[in-house]
Amino acid sequence: MSESTSGPDAPVTYISKSQAAIERAKAAGRKALIAYLPAGFPDKQTSIDAAIAVARNGADIIEIGIPYSDPVMDGSVIQAATTQALDNGFHVGDVFDVVAAITAETDAAVLVMTYWNPVMRMGVDEFSRRLAEAGGAGLITPDLIPDEASEWFAASDKYGLDRVFLVAPSSTPERVAKTVAATRGFVYAVSIMGVTGARSSVSSAAEAVVAAAHDAGAANVCVGLGVSRPEHVREIAAYADGVIVGTALVAALRDGGVPAVGALAKELSSGFDTPSTPVKENATS
Amino acid sequence: MQLLGATVVPVTNGSQTLKDAINDALRDWVANVENTHYVLGTVSGAHPFPAMVRFFHEVIGEEARGQIIDQIGRLPDAVCACIGGGSNAIGLFHGFLDDAAVKIYGFEAAGDGVETGRHAATITLGRPGVLHGARSYLMQDEDGQTIESHSISAGLDYPGVGPEHAYLADLGRVSYEAITDVEAMDAFKLLCRTEGIIPAIESSHALAGALKIGQRLTADAEKPEDVVIIVNLSGRGDKDVQTAADWFGLLDEDGNVKGTMLSTRSAKGAAHGAGVEHEKAQGEKAQGQEAMDINAEDASNE
Repeated sequence: MSESTSGPDAPVTYISKSQAAIERAKAAGRKALIAYLPAGFPDKQTSIDAAIAVARNGADIIEIGIPYSDPVMDGSVIQAATTQALDNGFHVGDVFDVVAAITAETDAAVLVMTYWNPVMRMGVDEFSRRLAEAGGAGLITPDLIPDEASEWFAASDKYGLDRVFLVAPSSTPERVAKTVAATRGFVYAVSIMGVTGARSSVSSAAEAVVAAAHDAGAANVCVGLGVSRPEHVREIAAYADGVIVGTALVAALRDGGVPAVGALAKELSSGFDTPSTPVKENATS
Repeated sequence: MQLLGATVVPVTNGSQTLKDAINDALRDWVANVENTHYVLGTVSGAHPFPAMVRFFHEVIGEEARGQIIDQIGRLPDAVCACIGGGSNAIGLFHGFLDDAAVKIYGFEAAGDGVETGRHAATITLGRPGVLHGARSYLMQDEDGQTIESHSISAGLDYPGVGPEHAYLADLGRVSYEAITDVEAMDAFKLLCRTEGIIPAIESSHALAGALKIGQRLTADAEKPEDVVIIVNLSGRGDKDVQTAADWFGLLDEDGNVKGTMLSTRSAKGAAHGAGVEHEKAQGEKAQGQEAMDINAEDASNE
C-alpha cells in the first residue's frame, strides 16, 4: 500500500483506498475491475445488493453514481436508470447509506461518482465528512476541473478522501499534467469523446490518453466509457491499470436483476489475462 | 429555424425542456467536437461562452448609450431589460456599468408568483449552484436537483442565469426584480394598444418593470417629466401571438381564433341578431367571455 500526502499545508497522511485496491489486484497478477452502478436503481436496497454482488464477482472498486437531474456525461441507459431512481424518491443523503452497506459487506473500495452541484448544495465539507464516515474512498467528479476545486482539495485532505479527475482524448498536455497532479487514487481516462454507453469496440484513442497520463506521472490510470465485454477488459488491461464498466452493468441489472449483474461482473473479470485470484474473504469468483 | 438552414432535432431525454435541450446539445458536441462548434444563444454555460455571447451583445449598450446622448444630451436615469439567461440584458448593461448615476434593472420571470414556486426568478430565489459548466444562481431543490422553471415566456423559462448577472447582483450594481405573467401580459397589451408594437413576451417583462421603475423615479424626482428610462425591447412578439391569443382568451377549444361573425356584429347597445344567429352568438359568448369583452372594448375605443 502506498501513502500519499497532499502538500505542505495538509498534514494528513492517509492511505488511498482506491490505490490500495488497484495494488491488490496487481499483486494478484491482474488489473483492477471498476464497476459503476447508480444509487437507488431500481431501488435503494437492490442497488446495494447489486453492488455487493458485483464486488463478490471480481470488482475491486465500486463507483456509486448519484442520480442527478442533468447528467450531461451520461448516455440513455444510465439517464433512464437515474431518472427512475429520482422518480422513486432518491435523495442525495441516501448515497451514504448505500456506501456504508457496501463497505460493511465487501473489501471493495467504494467511490462516489457525482456531478458537482449536489455536493455543493449539501456543502463540500459536510458531504465529505459523511462520505468518510460511511467508509467511502472518495469522489469521481466528471464536471469539476482542478482549477475550480479548491474547496474539494481542502475537504478531501481533511477527511482523507481520494479525488478522481478525468482526462480525455481532447485534453492538452498542460491539462493532463494539471489533472494528474490534482488526482489521488487513480486518473480516470475517458476512452472516447462522447457520453457513457456500451460500444462494440473501445476506441484506440484510449491507449494514447493513458500513455499521456502515465507520462505526466500518474501511478494508476483506469479507462472508462464503452467497455462492455471481456475482450475489452483484456485489451485495456494490456496498457492501463484498471478497467471501468458502467452502462453494461446497469443494463444487466435493469434486465436481469442482481443475479445478472453479478454474472456479468464475473464474465468481465474473466477478461484479465491471468484469471483473478479471489482476494476477498467472501468472494465467490 | 429549418427555413434558415438548421436541422432541428427533438429532445426526448429528461424533462424535455430548454435545459434538457442544452444537455443534449452538450452531449452531441462532446461526441463530435472535432468537427462541431457549440453555439449557445445566451450568456450561460462554461467559460468562454458567457464572455463570448456578451461580446456579441455589447453593441446593444454601445448603440443605446450613443443614441440617448444624441437625443437628450445626457445619460438616462435608468435602463431596464428582461433576464432569462440574460444575454440582451448583459449587452445593454455593459454600455452603462461604468456610469454610476445610471440605475440598472434586470427583470426576471416571476411566472405565477415567486411564492408559488412556479417561476423562473433565479436570482430572486438566490441559491448558488453549478449547471452547464457555470457557477451562478440556480433553481434547485434541497438536494441540488434542478427545479423546473415556469414562465409564460418560453425565452425566460430557464432555471439558470448567466454567471455575470449573479456577480452584478452580488456587487449590487444591478437590481434584479421579478415580474409575474400577469404584469408582463398587461404590459404586452399596453404596448400593442398604445404604440402598435407587438413586443416579445420576454421583453414585456422589461416593459412591465420599466412602468414600475418609472413610477418610483418620478415620485422622487423634482421634475418628473424629465425622467428618462431606456427599455430594451429585445424581441418581436410575432412568435408569441399564439401564446398571447391563448392568454387573452381569443382562441376556441380547438385553438382557432374566435372571431365575431359579421352578421352578429352589432352597434353598441343594440340587440344581437335574432333566431339561429342569435343562438350561435350566445354559444360563442358562453365559450369565450373574455374574448367577447375584448371585442366590446374594441368597439368602445372606436
